[in-house]
Amino acid sequence: MTPRQASDDRRPEGAGGLNPPPKPLVEMRDISIAFGGIKAVDGVSVDLMPGEVVALLGHNGAGKSTLIKILSGAYRADAGEILVEGQPAEIHSPRDAKRYGIETIYQTLALADNVDAAANIFLGREITTRWGMLDDATMESETRKVMARLNPNFRRFKEPVRALSGGQRQSVAIARAIHFNARILIMDEPTAALGPAETAQVGELVLQLKAQGIGIFLISHDIHDVFELADRVSVMKNGRLVGSARTADVTKDEVLGMIILGKCPEGAIPGPGAMVTG
Amino acid sequence: MRQLEIDPRLVGMLAALAVIWVGFDLLSGGAFLTPRNLWNLSVQTASIGIMACGMVLVIVTRNIDLSVGAILGFVGMVVGVAQARWLPEVLGLEHPATAFIAVALGIGVGGLIGLLQGGLIAYLGIPSFIVTLGGLLVWRGSAWWVTQGQTVAPMDGRFRMLGGGIQGAIGANASWILGALACIAIIAGMAMLRRRRLAFGFPVRPGWAEGLLMGLSCMAVLGAVAVANAYPIPAGVARRMAEAQGIPWPEEGLFIAHGLALPVIVALGVGIAMTVLATRTRFGRYVFAIGGNPEAAELSGVNTRRTLMLVFGLMGALAGLSACIATARLNAATNAAGTLDELYVIAAAVIGGTSLAGGLGSVAGAMLGALVMQSLQSGMVLLGVDTPLQNIVVGLVLVFAVWLDGAWRRRLK
Repeated sequence: MTPRQASDDRRPEGAGGLNPPPKPLVEMRDISIAFGGIKAVDGVSVDLMPGEVVALLGHNGAGKSTLIKILSGAYRADAGEILVEGQPAEIHSPRDAKRYGIETIYQTLALADNVDAAANIFLGREITTRWGMLDDATMESETRKVMARLNPNFRRFKEPVRALSGGQRQSVAIARAIHFNARILIMDEPTAALGPAETAQVGELVLQLKAQGIGIFLISHDIHDVFELADRVSVMKNGRLVGSARTADVTKDEVLGMIILGKCPEGAIPGPGAMVTG
Repeated sequence: MRQLEIDPRLVGMLAALAVIWVGFDLLSGGAFLTPRNLWNLSVQTASIGIMACGMVLVIVTRNIDLSVGAILGFVGMVVGVAQARWLPEVLGLEHPATAFIAVALGIGVGGLIGLLQGGLIAYLGIPSFIVTLGGLLVWRGSAWWVTQGQTVAPMDGRFRMLGGGIQGAIGANASWILGALACIAIIAGMAMLRRRRLAFGFPVRPGWAEGLLMGLSCMAVLGAVAVANAYPIPAGVARRMAEAQGIPWPEEGLFIAHGLALPVIVALGVGIAMTVLATRTRFGRYVFAIGGNPEAAELSGVNTRRTLMLVFGLMGALAGLSACIATARLNAATNAAGTLDELYVIAAAVIGGTSLAGGLGSVAGAMLGALVMQSLQSGMVLLGVDTPLQNIVVGLVLVFAVWLDGAWRRRLK
C-alpha cells in the first residue's frame, strides 16, 4: 500500500465507479526529533486508516512514546510533516491536536488528582452557562452518561480522582479521550496498570471504537494484546522504524525478532531502521 | 456533619477562632468580645484578608509570592503621591474624582507589577521564589525612591473612607439593608443550586440540613451587622454630626452606630468574587488543575503559562487594593508600609488550609486564616504582650496549625 498515492487522490467520493483507495486518517512522514543531540525519533513514517488499529511496538526508549507525543502536540518535531486526512496539519500544542480530533490516553493518565472526574474529563473544554460560569451540573450529568458506558459501577463522582482505584482512574482518562468525538485515538500502554478483567474491558472498547471508524494508535508492550487488537504493527528500535506489517502476515516470533534484533521478516515492509541482513 | 456536606476543616477553624476569642475575652476581663474591639479587628483584617485571597491561588499553583508587602509599600507611595501632589495640581484639592483615580491607579499599578513578575515566572521559567524575592527588594527599594523616603500626607477625604474610621463606616440602616440583601442572596443561591441538582436527578442534602445551613449563614451575616451597629461613634463626633444636621443634642447623648466599615465590605466583596472565580469559572478550574498536575493541565490543552501569569497579575492587583486600604487607614503613605505583610499573608493562606504542595486551598479558609492571625495579634496587644513575644506566639501558632492540618490530612488517607 502506498499512502502517498492515496493522499494525492482528490477525486470526490463515489466518482469514477471504482472504489478509490481509502484516505489515511493520519500520516506522519519522516518525523525526527532530538533531545540534546540524541535522536529520539529519526526519520519515522507511520500511517493510520479510519477504523484501523495500528500498534506501535519497541523496547523502552525505542522512541514510540516520543513519536506519539509529537502527534498529540506535547512535543514539536524537528523535521517531517503530519497529514490529517491528506491535508498538512499544524500541530504545535495539545490544543491544536484536539482541534484535529486527535485524543490521547497517556501512560501516566495525565489526570489532575485534586479535582473530580467531571473536572478532569472536561479539563480545557468546560461547559459554561450563559454567564460564563462553569456548568457543573451539566458536566456531571455528561460524566455520569459516559462513565455508565465505560465503567457502570462507578459512583464516586464527587471525589478527587486521587481517591479512585487504578481501573477507575483509567476509565476517567479514557472517558476524557472518547467523550469529544475523537477521530484519532492514541492509547499509550492503556492496560499497563490494569487487572485481567479491566484489560478485557479495554479490549472490547477498542473494538467498539474501531467499529465507529475511529483510528487508533496503540502503544503496548504486550505482544498478545497487540495480535488480538491490532490490524497492523509498526516496530521501532533506537528511534528508527524497523518496519510495518499487517498482523495477518507475520507471526509473533517474527515481530519479536523485529523488536529485539531489528530484523525485518518477509511479510513486512522494511523501514530505514531495519537490520541489513546477510 | 456528613449530611451537611461542609468541610470539617472549616468547622475546625471556626472552632479555633471561637477558642481564641473566648480565651482572650476571659484573659482581658471582657475587653475582647466588645463591639468596639470586634469592629476594629474586622478593619485590621481587611488588608491582609484581601491579599490572602490572591495568595491562595498563587500557592495552589505551587508557587509563592514574597513580594506582596513590598508591592503594597510601593503602590501605597504611588497612590499617596498621586492624590497628595499630582492630582490636586490637575483637578484641584478634594476633587470628587481623586479617590476613584487613586484607587484605579493603585489596582492598575499593582496588577502590572504582578503581570510582570508572573510573565518572568511563566514564560522565562524563573522560579517564583526567586522572582518575588527579587521583587521584594526591588519594590521596597522603589517605594523609598518615589519620595526619597519622605512620608506623604494627608490623603484625600473620600479616599480616607476606604480605611474605615468614622467616615468610612456606612451607618446602621445601610448595614441592615446590606445584611438583608446578603441573606436573600444566600437563600436564593442555595435554593437555585438545589433545584438544579434535583432537575438532573443528582443527590442533594436533606431538607433540614439545607435549611440549617441557610439559617446559620443568615444568622452569621445578621450577627456581624448587629455587632457593627452596636458600636457607637464617639459622643463628640456624634454631637457635631447632629448639629450639622440641625438635630438638637439630647441630654443623655445620642446613639449613632458605626455600622459596617467600608474596608470590611470591600474585603468581603473581594472574598466573594474570588470564591466565584476560584470555584465557578474556567480560570479557577485551570488554576486548581495546574496545582494538581501541571503536565496534565498542559496536555489537556490548558494555556498554563497565561493562567500562571494572570494569577500573579491578580495577586498584584489585590496587593494594590490593599495598599489603598492601608494608606487610607494610616492617612499617610510611608515607604515602610506593608513590611512583613507577605509573611502574614502566606501564613493566613496556610492556616486557612492552603497546601504548599499545591492544588488545595479555599478563599474562605484564607480569609478565616487572616482573621485568626489578626485576632491573635490584637488580642495580645489588648493584653499588653510585648511585640517580640507577639511575634514568637504568631510564629509558633503558624507551625502548629500547619502540623495539625497535615496530621489530619494524613489520617484521612
